[in-house]
Amino acid sequence: MKYLDEYRDHRIARALAAEIVQSTTRPWVLMEICGGQTHTIMRYGIDELLPREIELVHGPGCPVCVTPLETVDKAIALAMRREVTLVSYGDMLRVPGSRSDLFRAKALGADVRIAYSPIDAVKIAAANPDRKVVFLAIGFETTAPANAMAAWQARYKGISNFSMLVSHVLVPPAIRALMVSQTNRVQGFIAPGHVCTVMGCKEYEDLVRDFRVPIVVGGFEPVDILEAVLMLICQLEARQLGAGEARLENQYVRSVSYQGNLPAQQLVEEVFEIADQKWRGIGSIPRSGLRLRQEYAAFDANRVFDLGEITVDEPADCISAQVLQGLKKPPDCPAFGIRCTPENPLGAPMVSTEGACAAYYHYRRHTAAS
Amino acid sequence: MSAKTIVEKNFDFSCPAPLPAKDTILLGHGSGGKLSAELIRDIFLPAFQNPVLARLDDQAIVNVNGQRLAITTDSFVVKPLFFPGGDIGSLAVHGSVNDLAMGGATPLFLSAAFIIEEGFSIDELRRVVNSLRRAAAEAGVQVVTGDTKVVEKGKGDGLFINTTGIGLVPEGVDLSADRARPGDKVLLSGSIGDHGIAILAQREGLEFETQIQSDSAALHTLVADMLGVTSNVTPDMRCMRDPTRGGVSSTLNEIAERSRVGIELDESSLPIHEQVRGACELLGLDPLYVANEGKLIAIVAPEAADAVLQAMRRHPLGAEAQIIGSVKKENPGLVTMRTPFGTTRIVDMLAGDQLPRIC
Repeated sequence: MKYLDEYRDHRIARALAAEIVQSTTRPWVLMEICGGQTHTIMRYGIDELLPREIELVHGPGCPVCVTPLETVDKAIALAMRREVTLVSYGDMLRVPGSRSDLFRAKALGADVRIAYSPIDAVKIAAANPDRKVVFLAIGFETTAPANAMAAWQARYKGISNFSMLVSHVLVPPAIRALMVSQTNRVQGFIAPGHVCTVMGCKEYEDLVRDFRVPIVVGGFEPVDILEAVLMLICQLEARQLGAGEARLENQYVRSVSYQGNLPAQQLVEEVFEIADQKWRGIGSIPRSGLRLRQEYAAFDANRVFDLGEITVDEPADCISAQVLQGLKKPPDCPAFGIRCTPENPLGAPMVSTEGACAAYYHYRRHTAAS
Repeated sequence: MSAKTIVEKNFDFSCPAPLPAKDTILLGHGSGGKLSAELIRDIFLPAFQNPVLARLDDQAIVNVNGQRLAITTDSFVVKPLFFPGGDIGSLAVHGSVNDLAMGGATPLFLSAAFIIEEGFSIDELRRVVNSLRRAAAEAGVQVVTGDTKVVEKGKGDGLFINTTGIGLVPEGVDLSADRARPGDKVLLSGSIGDHGIAILAQREGLEFETQIQSDSAALHTLVADMLGVTSNVTPDMRCMRDPTRGGVSSTLNEIAERSRVGIELDESSLPIHEQVRGACELLGLDPLYVANEGKLIAIVAPEAADAVLQAMRRHPLGAEAQIIGSVKKENPGLVTMRTPFGTTRIVDMLAGDQLPRIC
């Protein structure tokens, strides 16, 4: 398959890995931000191809994992209302809230449906004027344009029985929060290629300058990740020799431009505004999320349904905050694979297959144990 | 969000208690994954316990007057009823015929029970029945008994069919999921994921450049050809399974667990059609977990593997057959996969159905 097979070619991958080995002279800690990248690393065993000196730390970029418990609880509570049809991306249905999940709500009679696009939820609303259709609009900048388009279309077409329960997170504020943390170990970032396809690379310039940390926008296939690692290592090793400043580079040039997708950004800007946001497993990060603008209040499920303020604490024995900062690896957790499994997750990174703990559980139990 | 105020409206959020005991049937209980296995282990096996059932194969094999009789039953709830490459009628035949064939049995008779929702079109019913009749004739089995029930509008989903199959197991044939041994080879009869993706594409209105066809087919003649080239004296054919719900992954995990062995797959040898790969990439699905209705997996002694593979490739339903892996003593109960990068990973059993990813 074009644009896929060449990026999964094991000969190219091994050649890159050999170059990384040659270029590495000392230990480096790198973080891949996106859960999709974590998934690829675990699925193909990319970390096993790297020299021992390079440690890959798995970032907070799994949209399903970082959606706060409260949002899941609210979605379930909405779904349980007789007049509501709750529409969601498929992988949110198994995510546990504090007491239940959407699959269980469905089993108890809630009208819960999976959509591949938020526009489908608008269509369901248009076709069922007697139902109140709520779309669970979660994700990073990647899904923001499609979610914004759903709200925009509903407003444009006057579909008043449609609303969205929004829990949107943004990558750059999360990187900033990691970098200012006292315990930060990360020396270079692989930025998420899909997010940057929408937003471009430009908003990462400030982070590179403020923290003098190299950032490479990377893709999601094995060759992409290895090439991004090589680009980071080349920068880090060169700086070690006094050559050059930290730079922003783009490995994922087949998809990402410096400016990004401007019409998509405009649409997001028109529908959403930046707000403080809670991340499951991490806590609240200032200005790290999106909420619907006042003009779209009529489509904001939080306002339409008067759900109130709800706070739920994470289970205390989950070490996800340390995992997501790269201070610990998932198998270091005493609960890993025992009290915490993908079927009964204690915390965020075990929730979706793209979460770091779930990726270790699904792909690495055999080596983690030995 | 304003600080830590907890305002309870219609529901109580305040205490993050663990999830409740599993007291409700979820769709995942029908997925063929871990939830299905739990249901069988906790509810059904203790209720009916007997040595025949305890084998947990796709069919029961019982002795009647010196003859070994294979019995199986399967219910079909597919939506849509008609899909590229088949329909619920032909599927109801292929499903039960294949479950018999996986025990090495020659399929002979079927029952067919129809649960029909009030308001269902008689014309559609006729189409389904005709298709069932044709599929049975092609497979050389007779539908010898049946049942009809009609449920109120809204109490069914158009049409459900149950078929029960009966066949005879030839002498010397003894196939079971607990017979895999280290060194054995894992054979797969052809490309994976075709049925599940064809159904999904039809149900969700997804369009691809070329239409993906379900692989729904009766496999008993392929099985007969495979058994024809193996020795009955030292049974080289250990086990056969058709990887339906839960896909290749669930089937192999069951075999690994029942035989207490590890199974290692070679990723580059997995036959997957280009359109199916594309659809899976697009939807964030893994073809190893997608259902098949016309494929089989065979665990074969190493010395017989090549002969069986050649026999499979000579049969039209096995033309794309491959050796996809081998049985190991390491990692008992686990299925692992060797990637083209020389690394290995686990191929896990899913809890419930595979879900499309967000991005």
